Amino acid sequence: MDAAIEVADLRKTYRGRRTGEVRAVDGVSFRVERGEFFGILGPNGAGKTTTLEIVEGLRRPDSGTVRLLGRSPWPHSPELTGRVGVQLQASAFFEFLSAEEQIETFAELYGASKTRGAEMLELVGLAEHANVRCEKLSGGQQQRLSIACALVGDPELVFLDEPTAALDPQARRNLWDLMRAINAEGRTVVLTTHYMEEAEALCDRVAIMDAGKIRAVDSPAGFVKGLDAPTRVTVAAGQLTGERIDELAAGEAVSADETTVVFETRDPRKLLTALASDGALEGLAVRTANLEDVFLHVTGREWRA
Amino acid sequence: MARMSLDTETIPDTAPPKGRAFLSLFKALGRGWLRDRSQVFFTILLPLMFMVLLSSVFGSTGDSASRILAVGDVPVLEGADADDFDVASAPDLDKALALLREGEADAAVVQDGDTVLVYPSPTSSTSGAIAAGNLSALVDDVNVEVLSAAAPGEPVLRTEVEEADGGSLRPIQYLAPGILAWGIAISGVFGAAGTIVDWKRDKLLRRLRLTPASVSTFLGAKVSVNLVVAIAQTAVFLAVAALGFGLELSAWTWFAAPLVLLGTLAFLAIGVVIGGIAKTSPGAAGLSNLVTMPMAFISGAFFPLALSPEWVQTLSYLSPMRYLNEALQSVVVYGEPPTAVLPQIGFLAVFAAVVALISWKTFKFDEL
Repeated sequence: MDAAIEVADLRKTYRGRRTGEVRAVDGVSFRVERGEFFGILGPNGAGKTTTLEIVEGLRRPDSGTVRLLGRSPWPHSPELTGRVGVQLQASAFFEFLSAEEQIETFAELYGASKTRGAEMLELVGLAEHANVRCEKLSGGQQQRLSIACALVGDPELVFLDEPTAALDPQARRNLWDLMRAINAEGRTVVLTTHYMEEAEALCDRVAIMDAGKIRAVDSPAGFVKGLDAPTRVTVAAGQLTGERIDELAAGEAVSADETTVVFETRDPRKLLTALASDGALEGLAVRTANLEDVFLHVTGREWRA
Repeated sequence: MARMSLDTETIPDTAPPKGRAFLSLFKALGRGWLRDRSQVFFTILLPLMFMVLLSSVFGSTGDSASRILAVGDVPVLEGADADDFDVASAPDLDKALALLREGEADAAVVQDGDTVLVYPSPTSSTSGAIAAGNLSALVDDVNVEVLSAAAPGEPVLRTEVEEADGGSLRPIQYLAPGILAWGIAISGVFGAAGTIVDWKRDKLLRRLRLTPASVSTFLGAKVSVNLVVAIAQTAVFLAVAALGFGLELSAWTWFAAPLVLLGTLAFLAIGVVIGGIAKTSPGAAGLSNLVTMPMAFISGAFFPLALSPEWVQTLSYLSPMRYLNEALQSVVVYGEPPTAVLPQIGFLAVFAAVVALISWKTFKFDEL
């Protein structure tokens, strides 16, 4: 069976009058297996959206090849577009139509039934807003409607381009549950995001993208493991004597100020057991390395979402 | 689940038939149009408002009697027909001239023995001239009577005024085709330009390109909505003009439909060019105005081209509105058969084709 997506050496350069030449996509290759939840993570302007638009078939690359479900996305064929669902960054709706009319129109375009449209509204939690005009929906509701439109054709492969951008934390969590459910149904999901925690929470594998290039691809856990970074354990000051602190640090880095003591350890289990037996767990915080540290490590630059 | 067993390359035929996609797009876009109050206003109500305004402006002169101020005793006015003259008296000439300046009367008259002195209005020269003309005609009539009585049997010449077209070409007959052509022009240009700018903003076309329906189906549906709107606009406009303003419709009026459709295509093409240039909605509206206003002024839609300077008449050959206006006037008002407007049809068709080609070549599809 073909991979869901195979991308080889994509390149796209924009020539702006003021900006000069910008290599938006600079030699990008990756492969997404069927059923996978794949994330493309990077700061704004990293080239995520351009890459996605080329893969979807909205833009043509200067060079490189794309295979979607074993076929080229260009020229457009209804056979392929019928199997792929897309949510774009801007919510593209027919003006002055209600949520229900919107999803029905998209259902008809994908050759799906009316009931399928209603089911999708239900799935994204918009059933009670079916009669509300699209422009009157909140940002999160618009994103969910746009995802419903992407799903209405029962696609095997779903592209989501920064679906949670500009949403409040609660709306973002709700959307995460929805995306997990979509993937759990067996659909391949490709997500772009500039939120570290989102990629960590959702993706099977993540491609870290910066300045038009994919710097590394791995699972979030694999990235962190490969980093071999210490775990930072913090407790409130005043529970341990200076001697005991040095003893517990066992030669690894430690820092103390008036309010906290911070250990950096590669054996957090041993340290935590010792702290517990000392009864010194007040103000405890444990922070393992995350994708933010990975980004710093991979690109040599501080994360700037 | 069915999709889990998709390892054999059986491709499900998910594409809906073209006709069904067209119908659903037509329905979605048509609904959107009907719910957009500003579109409905610009297309249906604005031309009707123009008709009310212009027909009252142009209709107020000509019909009414000349308002005459008789200073002192003016015997010649005794034989005046009340339909032609509305006579009031003024105590003295100074008072009468003051009233003339305020626009209270069209002319003042003083009779000094055999001499009738006429003071036409300085404020409204047209109605003043008409009043003066009416007065000298009245004096002539009186003279003829006097002469005929003095020399019976001697033949005298008389003038009879007969209105052109049997008196049917009242202002509405002239104005209605022009206002309709203008209405078709603005809804085509503004509609297309605004739509393109909206698409640039909300990326709807981009999203639709990724559905199994083709872009050409979508564009076809959009143009079809505009064509249906143009027909509805024409029907409403002509009905109001006929029933409310006394426009007399010829037997060939139905031929306005294909003319309006052809005109709409030409104006949509202009709008697409503007929409390709403009970045924002106000920009699109401004540019549309910049194009439609001069086009309307040089088209002869609102005042006869014969009254315009030579260079305006020459330029008017470039205005598609001129041809739409002429063709509509010929078939709707004068009742000429469609063969009489073949040159106008030919120009509109060529114009639409050329502008459509320009818009196709200059349009940056990447922006959508």
